[in-house]
Amino acid sequence: MNETVLRTEGLKAFYVLDVFGTQKVVKAVNEVNIEIRENEVYGIAGESGCGKTTLLKALVAAIEPPLRLIGGKVYYCGYGKEIDVSSLSAEEKRRLRWEYISYVPQGSMSVLNPVMKVKETYRDFIESHVSGKTREEAYEIAGRQIVELGLPRKILDTYPHQLSGGMRQRVTIALAALLRPRIIVCDEPTTALDVVVQRGVVQMLRDVQKYLENTIVLVTHDMGVQANIADRVGIMYAGKMVEEATTERIFGRPLHPYTQYLINSLPRFGDKTTRESVPGSPPSLIDLPSGCPFHPRCPYVLDICTKQMPGFVRLEPNHRVACWLVGEG
Amino acid sequence: METLLEVNHLTKVFSLGSIFSRVRIRAVDNVSFYVKPAEIFALAGESGCGKTTTARMILGFEEPTSGAIVHRGGQGGESENKKVWFTEGVQAIFQDPFGTFNPLRIVDRYFFETIGNFGLAANGKEAVKLIEEKLNAVGLSYDEFSGKYPSEFSGGQLQRISIARALLTDPTLLIADEPVSMVDASLRMSIVNLFKKLKEESGLSVLYITHDLATAYYVSDRIAIMFRGNIVEMGPVERVLMDPQHPYTRLLRESIPEADPKKRWGSRITLSDTEHEEYLRAGCKFAGRCSDATEMCKTESPKDVYFDDVLVKCHQCTRKYP
Amino acid sequence: MKVLRDLFRDYRFCFSFGVLVIILILAFLSNFSPYDPTLWNVVPKDTKPSVQYPLGTDSNGQDIFWQATYAVRNSLIISLIAASVSRVIAVLVGMVAGYTRGNTDRILMFVSDGLLVIPLFLILVMLAMMVRQHMSLVVLGLMLSAFGWAWDARVIRSVILSLREREFTQTAILSGTGTLKLVLNEYMPFAMPLVFSTLINNISWAIGLEMTLALLGLVDVNIPTLGTMLNWAIIYQSMFLGRWNWVLTPVVISVLMFIALYWLSVSISEYLDPRTRIQRVGAQ
Repeated sequence: MNETVLRTEGLKAFYVLDVFGTQKVVKAVNEVNIEIRENEVYGIAGESGCGKTTLLKALVAAIEPPLRLIGGKVYYCGYGKEIDVSSLSAEEKRRLRWEYISYVPQGSMSVLNPVMKVKETYRDFIESHVSGKTREEAYEIAGRQIVELGLPRKILDTYPHQLSGGMRQRVTIALAALLRPRIIVCDEPTTALDVVVQRGVVQMLRDVQKYLENTIVLVTHDMGVQANIADRVGIMYAGKMVEEATTERIFGRPLHPYTQYLINSLPRFGDKTTRESVPGSPPSLIDLPSGCPFHPRCPYVLDICTKQMPGFVRLEPNHRVACWLVGEG
Repeated sequence: METLLEVNHLTKVFSLGSIFSRVRIRAVDNVSFYVKPAEIFALAGESGCGKTTTARMILGFEEPTSGAIVHRGGQGGESENKKVWFTEGVQAIFQDPFGTFNPLRIVDRYFFETIGNFGLAANGKEAVKLIEEKLNAVGLSYDEFSGKYPSEFSGGQLQRISIARALLTDPTLLIADEPVSMVDASLRMSIVNLFKKLKEESGLSVLYITHDLATAYYVSDRIAIMFRGNIVEMGPVERVLMDPQHPYTRLLRESIPEADPKKRWGSRITLSDTEHEEYLRAGCKFAGRCSDATEMCKTESPKDVYFDDVLVKCHQCTRKYP
Repeated sequence: MKVLRDLFRDYRFCFSFGVLVIILILAFLSNFSPYDPTLWNVVPKDTKPSVQYPLGTDSNGQDIFWQATYAVRNSLIISLIAASVSRVIAVLVGMVAGYTRGNTDRILMFVSDGLLVIPLFLILVMLAMMVRQHMSLVVLGLMLSAFGWAWDARVIRSVILSLREREFTQTAILSGTGTLKLVLNEYMPFAMPLVFSTLINNISWAIGLEMTLALLGLVDVNIPTLGTMLNWAIIYQSMFLGRWNWVLTPVVISVLMFIALYWLSVSISEYLDPRTRIQRVGAQ
């Protein structure tokens, strides 16, 4: 088993909103414990509104009002040490960003400055993190990296709007990987893209991971993409992690009823029999059901499910489930 | 053969650019297909292939440069007049469920307006009954629906509400423009199963426009694959997607990520950088990316070739698959 | 009402509400004035404020307080006429131009832009000199309204243009809704905050313009308005003679009104902004 590179403990991050006098609390991340290891692709899957994006924001220490860290900790680990992220100063966080952990946000076209050519954006990045490079040296570094990752060199001299969506996405990933961070976090990198372009982007992510031998945390609701690239997958539901296992086990032997629905609802080629998606709707994070948040939609609901949230049961070193149906019995 | 909708040699040319450099893009290039009653026909392709422009022309939101759209059925008999669409039973649903309804208006107003404008009910009580009937058909209840604004529903629910509104006029043809792309992958089944159910129970036909081939395979009877304005392959979905002939269809089929870690992509691909060039290509528009392309492919536009009930637009396929 | 309760959270709205209530009361009180405002020498001239004459009297022999009530009433009438008529024109022009586009749009915008570039003040001065004899409140109001719509018409037009491209326009068309109903039902809720805030701004603008014209003597100075009061006070050198009660009355009233109107428009348009409204809708 590889070394841990990022760890959370009882992480709780809520949005506290004040809408004309009434306070609403959105429990986006509601007690999450995960351990992400080096040299792996860790996928986080779940429906929209389950808290995945908020979890990512907490992991990269980008917590700003109205999002608040209510409890728990995030640790960056390495070389035998553990750093509690909340103890870092703003300057230290800034340095860690892009050098230790980079973030490719959803709709990442916004990372590229529309009025600067791509090579200028590269130079900007390099200058703010590495001192002592001239302009020409910065362009050289950019050029080398672009070519290494299989992109055409000429894109350096273009503006972002001249590139296609898929190409922009890949440039953003290349930028994120520029300073060789230990962790690259991607939020829905392929969602708005066509199938063939999506394949190209996933291919590039795999290349980057192999090349840097680092960790990629990939958030997407598209289970097909997870199957193609992830080593381990964590399933999130209503702010909690409900199952986590290697990709083979998640797809081959899902144990949590929600995961089972998720896997079985995907259409497969060669099979036109009727498939069912999860019945009902996801719960509102402001008004969560008691006990296990999935119980209103669960076909196997037990009495205890309505009263108490199940803890994690570890079946194998790489498979844990939070469900009353699994474990004792 | 009875057809509900026929599109014949439909073409749409857009002129872009300034007075000095005009570029003419054939967004839809000589497209022909038909939709039968009680069938789900998928029009599939990646973004920029012309499928949405085709849908807009069918609905009358865009004028075709040339070609004809014929709608049969309903009281008017055969008609080419676009105003007749909506009274003759053609309705549509769109991609963004939150954009489909005005965020500042209560959703049920659209229902009452539709009923009022088409004279579908005699009084308020009957109107509510009709709405309830259609809501139940899509799996929702009247109570959880009435008096709410769009922001109070989830994307999947709104899309179903959108379908319910379209069903109010008892259409024979529903045009669904990317109805599930903005819905989570795990919830797409519920929308798409609805199409299946409506087809089987009420004989509704659906023109299903999408770039998601997996759901297209699951729900449709026939499919047409579009690439840069042309239909490159068309036929029964089982044949087109399980045994694709055209190189582009094969590329698409292989690039779909399967929800099975044992079936990962083995080979690598290269992507095109800009799409403009491909539109303006003489000859076969896919020639730039096709591994089997010859000189003829680059200069001459391929003709349509038929293998039983499958149409393929390719020079190479004539030779390989007689 | 819940709406008012939400609005009162905003201190700006509270202030404006208070001031405007007072103004309206003053205007209403004009009905009970014991003196005819157009006559001279109904009371002793130039007295200081006392119990009998709350704000003192002016050099025309009029009670300043009661004169002020008329002034407020008349200024309000002029500006309300000006603002509401110009709103109607702006909305009509903006909606027609935005929805129909094409040549109608071009003609309407040509007219509108023309009105924007013409030096407004000179035209008004010219017109005022021509109709001075017949310058009643209503005439002045209508004159001002003819110039107050151009800017807002363009703003409303751009809102309509963008809304036309949204998908719910297509849904409404598919529901069989005719053009007029579509524009009224679908687009008006978006245009409303604009119309409302520009209405209030227009009222401010009209009062200011009226006062300017009055100071130049271009209106009928026998009709008491905030502008004419100020005009008389200056003619009689009340500043130099230390008669602060006379000159400050219209000044303080109009300054308070401008502030109140501005804050009213800002707080209400923030409340009505579609983005915050959508937030509130879900939070019932």
